[in-house]
Amino acid sequence: MYTYMYEAKGRFPEVDTPLPTKDGQGAGAYFNPVPETMSRAELEALQLERLQQTVRHCLTNPFYQKKFQEAGITPNDIKSLADVRRLPFTTKQDLRDTYPFGMACVPLRDCVRLHSSSGTTGNPTVILHTQRDLDEWANQVARNLWMVGLRPDDVFQNSSGYGMFTGGLGFQYGAERLGMLTVPAAAGNSLRQIKFIKDFGTTAIHAVPSYVTRLYEVMQEEGVDPRRDTKLKVLAIGAEPHSEEQRQRIEQMMGVKAYNSFGMSEMCGPGVGFECPEQNGLHFWEDYYIVEIVDPETLEPVPDGEIGELVLTTLCREAMPLLRYRTRDLTRVLGRTCPCGRNHVRLDRMRGRSDDMMVLRGVNIFPIQIEKILMQFSELASNYLITLTTDDNNDNMTVEVELAQPTDDYKQLQTLEREIRRRLKDEILLTPIVRLVNKGTLPVSEGKAVRVVDKRKVYQ
Amino acid sequence: MTINQLSIFIENRSGTLIRVLEALKQANIQIVASTIADTAEYGIYRLICSEPLRACEALKDAGIAVAVSDVFALELDNQPGRAADAIEAFSKAGISITYLYSFLLRGKGILIFRTDDNAQAAQVITDNNMRSINEEALVSIA
Repeated sequence: MYTYMYEAKGRFPEVDTPLPTKDGQGAGAYFNPVPETMSRAELEALQLERLQQTVRHCLTNPFYQKKFQEAGITPNDIKSLADVRRLPFTTKQDLRDTYPFGMACVPLRDCVRLHSSSGTTGNPTVILHTQRDLDEWANQVARNLWMVGLRPDDVFQNSSGYGMFTGGLGFQYGAERLGMLTVPAAAGNSLRQIKFIKDFGTTAIHAVPSYVTRLYEVMQEEGVDPRRDTKLKVLAIGAEPHSEEQRQRIEQMMGVKAYNSFGMSEMCGPGVGFECPEQNGLHFWEDYYIVEIVDPETLEPVPDGEIGELVLTTLCREAMPLLRYRTRDLTRVLGRTCPCGRNHVRLDRMRGRSDDMMVLRGVNIFPIQIEKILMQFSELASNYLITLTTDDNNDNMTVEVELAQPTDDYKQLQTLEREIRRRLKDEILLTPIVRLVNKGTLPVSEGKAVRVVDKRKVYQ
Repeated sequence: MTINQLSIFIENRSGTLIRVLEALKQANIQIVASTIADTAEYGIYRLICSEPLRACEALKDAGIAVAVSDVFALELDNQPGRAADAIEAFSKAGISITYLYSFLLRGKGILIFRTDDNAQAAQVITDNNMRSINEEALVSIA
């Protein structure tokens, strides 16, 4: 009979969750006070202990046994936290190659949940969870929502896709764990969403940012003013890279604070990182993960403040622990302390994924750079689409963006178009074709918005 | 003194204009005059119609964004030089015409235009005894 990594050790997790009263009083600012407010030294000691457990746990699986053999290391080599760099990386390709269950570190009969990616670019990836994994996942989400002021008397509407998309069930279980009345509204059907928000007294919503702007548009059409007609106070937005400008626009539209959420299904889903009320970077929970930022080319660590690829090692996962998983997300360390009292590393909002990067005429461009510029124009709505084409052997970029208001003025449109082109050129160093379109013309997705369509011919 | 003109942003690809016209047809709106200029990527479709406010609602229901703007409609005798006389009066008053389109209706010339100063333009129309007409008049004489 195999004993899972944490069963023997009664001390995991730091079960000191306050039992919040229904009026939300007296539970303090922290959902998990001990791990949230640990000193760096305590946190790092905890990480080392959990890393050693995780490594031993991984070695029950043939995939990891082979990897360790190739790297020539044994669990005994992990003597300090810095030794994490001696561990081999894992990638999405590893998950595909071992599809569906090759990286499970517990028997399938002990797993209770499976999430899978869509597999549009190859084998789907499968992530398994034990009951313990689900509990820890819910705890992370609850910790995040508590951090931004939500309490058991709040009403949480999860306007995110459900099903395989982890933003649905992840926030559902987390919000319930915190003790909120949780509405699994799912994405879409905006009129019904608005009715729920009003009728149920919804105080917090989780959605992808593009859907929040869509909701606001429908509210406008329906004459609903979120400030006047709703009790909203918090938005959790994530799953799509978005610019600070987009966040500010959302906050202005809805009249509430919008907090950036980071998650990825490989780690569990949402919960991994979240902004505190300071809104100065996302706290990544280092009692759950080891966070590294590496140069995507050399795979060597980059200094704090420099952009690199986020690499995560899970510290508390049973079913599918992942060692040094290359997320492809680009970010940088902003700091390791915070006025909020949490010493968990603060990471900058994601710059996009290294595989989202477009290379156009030799210039590296991220969709988020384009969004940042478009959001500066009050004449423009929030929906846009970037299309890459090859015309006469030249790569071209067309940016279609919706107008916020109808107009009777050609001059204004021409000036607007020219100004967008000019500012985009300053940002991305080449001049795209800018196409203004009517509001409601571009496709609205209810999951993650499709922002880039690449129709270029590939010459090999 | 002004009338309501609807302006609709039209992208330059097939199917966008018919969507607008179909929505107006369904709502039983009569178009009296319309104009569209061509640019590379888009145009603004401007039109004068019966019941502009109801037309506006019908378009919005069809998901088409529409702007309503105030324009003048002058009825002119169908004789050489009348348009010149009219425009000269505005020119003398220092008023710029932003855009203009015209058509013939029951033997009368109709001049639709927008100015950069509607208040002053209205004064010029009154001072010169020009005949400005409203949408109902346009529809009934049509």
